[in-house]
Amino acid sequence: MKPEIVAKVNEFLAEEFEIEAALLTPEARLVEDLGIESLDFVDIVVIIERDFGFKVKREDMEGVHTLEDLYKYIETRAV
Amino acid sequence: MNRVVITGMGIYSTIGKNLAEVRDSLYYGRSGIGIDPRRKEFGFRSCLTGVIERPNLKNDLPRRMRIGLAEQGEYSYVATMEALKNAGIDMDFLEKNEVGILYGNDSSSIPVIESIDLIREKRDTTLIGSGAIFQSMNSTITMNLSVILKLRGINFTISGACASSSHAIGMAYLLIKQGLQDIIICGGGQEINAESMGSFDGLSAFSTREDDPTKASRPFDRDRDGLVPSGGAATVILESYESAMRRGARILAEVNGYGFSSNGDHISVPNVDGPVRSLKRCLEDAGLKACDIDYINAHATATPIGDMNEAKAIDLIFGECRPLVSSTKSMTGHEMWMGGASEVIYSMIMMENSFVAPNINFENPDEFTGKLNIAGKTIEKKIEVFLSNSFGFGGTNSTLIISKFK
Repeated sequence: MKPEIVAKVNEFLAEEFEIEAALLTPEARLVEDLGIESLDFVDIVVIIERDFGFKVKREDMEGVHTLEDLYKYIETRAV
Repeated sequence: MNRVVITGMGIYSTIGKNLAEVRDSLYYGRSGIGIDPRRKEFGFRSCLTGVIERPNLKNDLPRRMRIGLAEQGEYSYVATMEALKNAGIDMDFLEKNEVGILYGNDSSSIPVIESIDLIREKRDTTLIGSGAIFQSMNSTITMNLSVILKLRGINFTISGACASSSHAIGMAYLLIKQGLQDIIICGGGQEINAESMGSFDGLSAFSTREDDPTKASRPFDRDRDGLVPSGGAATVILESYESAMRRGARILAEVNGYGFSSNGDHISVPNVDGPVRSLKRCLEDAGLKACDIDYINAHATATPIGDMNEAKAIDLIFGECRPLVSSTKSMTGHEMWMGGASEVIYSMIMMENSFVAPNINFENPDEFTGKLNIAGKTIEKKIEVFLSNSFGFGGTNSTLIISKFK
């Protein structure tokens, strides 16, 4: 996993979603552990486009459950 | 029928960010009017506006609750928290009892504009983000505050132009009077940004006295040349007398009557008959005579025709007793959707502190306004009963009568 992706994702989760940095471990579940709710996925899509420069379909997020899933998803899509 | 009382109030306005600051501004006749230079760039006729700071709620609310709040929602949150505290109502009480919300709001321009700008630029609606829809609807204030405060009673927004929040209080009064609700959070919020005021500026309705902003809002004065747009938020807690007694709440005032009417006339030019019917209906509902009213907080926005017709209506009903009249819009500017509720609060502050706030900038009367007993300066006076007028586009009129609780 590219450390710059991990750093960027953790940064926006901490800053924009106000999630405690200590909770941001790869195995953390977005909904159950980090308190991300369905509406928040809309904002994650916006931030990914802004920070990583690719378009995310809302449906792509359906397979993303843990923070590690999110890192991996971004890594496979980001050029 | 239940008696309806007011047990709390809170305010965030251009003349003060809380009740204590507003009390001082009212007493000393301080103006909240200034200049917004951005409006010149936009081609406004007038850059005059009420001046207010956006509250920073980062330490008060979690992100999800903040991102649905538009500008006027932020003001409303602050005013409502002050009102609830003033009423002795906490989150525990709100979770265990059925409390409602009826709030006046009639626009939310910025989130609509920003969303459409994004769609036009990016051609992708997802990029608008999740907060915009909850900020952009007219019911933005009630939909957000009802969630933040976990309210389980009546919950909707009243859009009645510049009488919105006066009608909100009137409707809450009727619901509590009939026993359908015990406690309702009422009020009004008003955005103040340039974008929301452009189309109104285009009607040449605003004062252009930019060289002396604090002198620009001149309700009832012979040389008035239009209103000054303003904003903020104001919240009152309406409650049945029984509920207030049960909780041991401090009763600040009683709502005695609500009058309403529609002019059935021009969309923007007010008339005399509509307000006269609203005033009469309110007096009748309160079971009071014109001479029982100690103070009238006029709608008077400082437009030439509006103030003249309100002066005629007041003179027609109150000409015999000539109670003191002032328009606090001389200090605040026209708070529009918020004005009905804020002016009830201004008047309650006067009643509580035994003074009538000045109608600043009232230097010379004209033929019609000279018939009223206008307080041009602060007057020490015991107020037992006051009346507050609010009128709006489309000819909507609202009148409230409120008294000291006895």
